[in-house]
Amino acid sequence: MSVEMEGIVRRFAGTTALDGVSLTLKAGEFAALLGPSGSGKTTLLRILAGLDFPDAGRVRIAGVDLAGVPARQRGVGVVFQHYALFRHMTIAENVAFGLRVRPRRQRPSEAEIARRVATLLELVQIPDLAARYPDQVSGGQRQRVALARALAIEPSLLLLDEPFGALDALVRKEVRRWVRGLHDRLGITSVLVTHDQDEAMELADRIAVMDRGRIVQFGTPRALLDDPATAFVAGFIGEANRLRGEVRGGWLQIRDLPVPAVRVAVGDGSAEVFVRPEDLVVEASTGCDGGVEVALVRAERSRTRVVLRCGAAMLDGVSDHPDDQVAPGMRVGVALRRLTVFGAEGLHETVLPTRGTVRFTEGAAT
Amino acid sequence: MSASAAIAPRSARRRQALPGLGLTLGVTFAWLGAIVIVPLAALALKPWELGVAGVVAALAEPRVLAAFRMSFGGALAAALASVPVGLLFAWVITRYRFPGRRVLDALIDLPFALPTAVAGLALTALFASNGWLGAPIEALTGWKVAYTPAGVIVALFFVALPFMVRTVEPVLRDLPLDTEEAAATLGATRLQTIRRVVLPALAPAMLTGFGLGFARAVGEYGSVIFIAGNMPMISEIAPLLIVVKLEQFSYAAAAAIGLAMLVLSFAILLLLNLWQRRLRRGLG
Repeated sequence: MSVEMEGIVRRFAGTTALDGVSLTLKAGEFAALLGPSGSGKTTLLRILAGLDFPDAGRVRIAGVDLAGVPARQRGVGVVFQHYALFRHMTIAENVAFGLRVRPRRQRPSEAEIARRVATLLELVQIPDLAARYPDQVSGGQRQRVALARALAIEPSLLLLDEPFGALDALVRKEVRRWVRGLHDRLGITSVLVTHDQDEAMELADRIAVMDRGRIVQFGTPRALLDDPATAFVAGFIGEANRLRGEVRGGWLQIRDLPVPAVRVAVGDGSAEVFVRPEDLVVEASTGCDGGVEVALVRAERSRTRVVLRCGAAMLDGVSDHPDDQVAPGMRVGVALRRLTVFGAEGLHETVLPTRGTVRFTEGAAT
Repeated sequence: MSASAAIAPRSARRRQALPGLGLTLGVTFAWLGAIVIVPLAALALKPWELGVAGVVAALAEPRVLAAFRMSFGGALAAALASVPVGLLFAWVITRYRFPGRRVLDALIDLPFALPTAVAGLALTALFASNGWLGAPIEALTGWKVAYTPAGVIVALFFVALPFMVRTVEPVLRDLPLDTEEAAATLGATRLQTIRRVVLPALAPAMLTGFGLGFARAVGEYGSVIFIAGNMPMISEIAPLLIVVKLEQFSYAAAAAIGLAMLVLSFAILLLLNLWQRRLRRGLG
């Protein structure tokens, strides 16, 4: 079901956790709230679940205002960060909980509950664990139990709060793909809260990047990578080198890197420049007068990744040259294939220095 | 790995990661032997001076049986009453922040520190027919508290309560709030959450608190004798009867009562323990 959040503000003693957040999710969409800790993403999730209440703003699910609706009447499934399973209940009892606490008239018969629990455990692929207790199964299995328990109430919205954080790296990858597959089968509108951009990139249709209580950009993973709306997004999404520069008379001079000035459209003043490693290319053949020195070289399948020392800064780049031409200690030149510059007055643009300006956007996206 | 394997065979005795087993175990056993096992053995042997029939006769005396009923019944009632009240106290201390919380927290331990005789005297003054609580209770309901079995239960409740509070409190404090939130998102009302999620998680601790409070109440002497009135057959407790027997130089009979109390208490605590083990299943 569709979810609309409008102008949500939440203040805690002294701090503003959410500072006017608006977000609209399409029915059946898998969205991620991505941001560093303290950015307000968990608070937003708790407000959706009815576990916390906004000081201002409104939440609507399928058009229904949820202002006065307590958590237990929202029909929103939540998978908690540490799963929050009931330790004194078997896994089957955990999954059945949401059905057993229904008012008598809406409660399915015991036989029906048993049947639905069996179906759900089948769905999350742990049918043999029904009689075990949560402490007797692995972390990945507990996560499946938490998911089955949340799905048992047939939620209109599924919320996942850092659901993979407690799993080790190998299991995490597998469970992630499985969760996405499950979403595609069930089609429940889902919101994932995470600080791990890989997770968000892999799972979500659209990602809302949060910073200090605001959504700074909401878009597809591709859009976030190719067209970051703010310097924060550019720095937070993907690995990007952050450089300082100066724009004067339409020419950007990058301060940390000896490259020619670039023609830009942002106004005069100091600027922040982001360059992704694959766009920072070693040009061994050019006159190596710049202060760029190769610090580390790591061979990869199709190219070589390098770390370059440039004054005090360490930059990630790539090299297409044979290894004997790029080795630690060598002085090299570099070229920028693509960069994003954030100038004065919030203007930003993405530039291909060799081919000219490709895109110009005015102001932040929101 | 290989380095430690090379070192290990040097000593024939297995080396342990935690040294000092011999010393610590020795001290433990010596201490237990001196203050628990030897006196208990003496207590277990002494009554049989009377012969089996003599022991049975000493215990079957109506006054003795009445004292047992008072002691065990009173302790049971007091421990039972401490369950809901102790739970409430623990809940208030752990879940809410209010001015005076620390003071309240400290006050709960006071019965541990207060000489029991002082507590007994204070309770007696409070619940006597002319006391601050005794007078209104008597005026309203006609019930006397001091110098009746009810007085005994009041005193035992006073000593049992801190055990309940202090055993439940840490468990309640560590109870993750997110399980209660999970219950709410799954549609449970607050009452259902408490009954199905909170109480089952607390049950083992409650049982421990109940057992400790009960054990303490059964053996309680100082705070009870002032408020009980100590009327034979009515409000006399078994520990007092032991003192009475000792004053009459009936050492064997006193030991018989002591031994019977010990056996009964032990049996009850054992049962509680077994029950608790069942409850703990799945709580790891």
